[in-house]
Amino acid sequence: MSSAETETAEAEQAPEVDTAPEVDTVRQQQLDELSGVLGDAVVGSHIHAGDLWVRVRREDWRRTVEACKGLGYDFFCFLSGLDWMPSAPNPEDAETLSVEPEAEEDEAPAPEPAEGAGEQQHDEATPAGAVATEDTTPETDGDEGGWKTGWGGGETRFQVFARLLSTRRGVGVTLKADLDDDEPRLASIHDVYSGADWHERETWEMFGFVFEGHPHLTHIYLPGEFEGFPLRKDFPLLSREVKPWPGIVDVEDLPPAEEARQDAAIQAAAGEGEQQPEEGG
Amino acid sequence: MAVTTDPQRLAYIATQSADARVNVELQTEEMTLNLGPQHPATHGTLRIVARLDGEQVVWADVVCGYMHRGYEKLTEVRTYPQITTLVNRIDWLSSFANEVPFILAAEKLMEIEAPPRAQYIRTILFEMARIANITLFIGTMGADLGAVTPVFYAFRDREHVLNQIEGVTGGRFHPNFDRIGGLKDDLPRGWIDETKAVMVRIREFCDELEELLMGNDIFQARTRGIGVIPAEVGLSYGLSGANIRGSGVDWDLRRDQDLPLAWKDLDWKVWTHPDGDSFSRFWVRLQETREATKMVDQMVDGLPAGPIQAKVPRIIKVPAGEAWVHTENPLGEMGYYVVSQGGLGPFRCKIRSASFNNISVLPWVLRGVYVPDIITILASLYFILGDIDR
Repeated sequence: MSSAETETAEAEQAPEVDTAPEVDTVRQQQLDELSGVLGDAVVGSHIHAGDLWVRVRREDWRRTVEACKGLGYDFFCFLSGLDWMPSAPNPEDAETLSVEPEAEEDEAPAPEPAEGAGEQQHDEATPAGAVATEDTTPETDGDEGGWKTGWGGGETRFQVFARLLSTRRGVGVTLKADLDDDEPRLASIHDVYSGADWHERETWEMFGFVFEGHPHLTHIYLPGEFEGFPLRKDFPLLSREVKPWPGIVDVEDLPPAEEARQDAAIQAAAGEGEQQPEEGG
Repeated sequence: MAVTTDPQRLAYIATQSADARVNVELQTEEMTLNLGPQHPATHGTLRIVARLDGEQVVWADVVCGYMHRGYEKLTEVRTYPQITTLVNRIDWLSSFANEVPFILAAEKLMEIEAPPRAQYIRTILFEMARIANITLFIGTMGADLGAVTPVFYAFRDREHVLNQIEGVTGGRFHPNFDRIGGLKDDLPRGWIDETKAVMVRIREFCDELEELLMGNDIFQARTRGIGVIPAEVGLSYGLSGANIRGSGVDWDLRRDQDLPLAWKDLDWKVWTHPDGDSFSRFWVRLQETREATKMVDQMVDGLPAGPIQAKVPRIIKVPAGEAWVHTENPLGEMGYYVVSQGGLGPFRCKIRSASFNNISVLPWVLRGVYVPDIITILASLYFILGDIDR
């Protein structure tokens, strides 16, 4: 598992050889090309398992997407949001995640796309939520406000990410940008890639990110009077609040004897399969 | 005032005034037509609001979300093996094909690969799901255009494919058969011969439908040149699958990326059509069904021996990281962006479903078309409601 987080400056001088023995020349070339066009707009990047992540400054989001289109990324895959606020690390701990007190505040009226005043009410709940969950996730990094971030790095709770693809070269890139925690705003790219129109509407209603310049930032899935942003981590999933997930029983540890027996069965099946010539079963 | 008696001049004035009257008459009051949410052509609950000027659409908008089930939120409170049950219900006509990219994304994060036999069986079931799905499309496209017979043939022959899928997985619509590291079970005895017979039937079905529909003048007249989507527009909207190949883009994720599945070993062809209209989308899908039957034949012949399950821990914990895996599903590009923080379930799972993007082109493509063509275009873009609403 490579966890190499290379800032661009480092990436150019020394690709970390210990974690990635062979340098992915295709992705490296993609990255060089992009950083050549964007300059210091690129604040983080990551190459792993034949894929490329590039994180850019929020102000340069639109310019980045335009540059990508210019570089031949003609196919728009998706655009969505990420909320890095720690949730319960696994479903077992779902009941320990405290959401009760701030749940009320969280369901403040959805802000109009044009105004950002309503946003601040939401984020009053954020520090409380972060503190409450901190002790349930002791393995968080500690820096960056107490939560982990993904590949390409990140300094804020909210990130927007999009995937573009070049059908001519057969390569793709995942773009990311950090958003302001209190007022997640970003330039719209609906006129660069027409497909982003609906994706931005979805991201707005699910995460509350405001896309400036989008002509009709209205609900697409949820009813018009829906309040709150469901995919934010502090939005409670009510069915889990009422009753913990019964399916958790499924992943209890086996008794050691049973575990060994099953392992032996798998080994035997593997051995048997190799001897048998191809057969329907 | 001089009165002209020149007959030529009189005729000219008469035509001019007739044109002017027609122009005035055409400027009718706009009306709004509400199509759906329960309309047979929407195959579920999709609503289209079209503003009409006479018979022509001047503006159209799509209202979706009647079936939104919030799968992206639900994935965050389930374990990896449990999520296949959810994703089965995204595109419910080819459920197995939904499971594969998700399992591949989890495997990519865990850095494991299914054994070759499992890869082959996965691809066989994937292609059979494609056949089951597109067979129905071929039938319903006819039904939407007023030809009733094809849909009966389609249901009749799809049944054989579903029986084969049920034979392996036990589920006709929701197999839930794919596992991290392999598959739940091997193929049952005698299945291969039955499958080969079914593939022959499906090829006959394709021939039959080709004669029934594509040779039909009405079908040609109602689909040729209707709903033309140029390649650049399609790419920009993120159209995928047969919709983009019907616009002449030679792009197929089965061929153009490296996945641990069997497509790379097979001899097959990606079909494209340069026209970009409703007919070409139909034509490409029909060819793809034929191609899929040939692929299944090749795969059952070359099925490698060996285990069907790699060694994985009983409690699956996926290491922290991010992975994006997309495959060429019957409806187009379907992908999962999985963010793991090392837990039993994903931290975030973005589901990219094909129909959502395929349908987002509707406001663009419906502008200026006539009312009956709305139905043709909807049918030819081919969407599944669960795949739009997730």
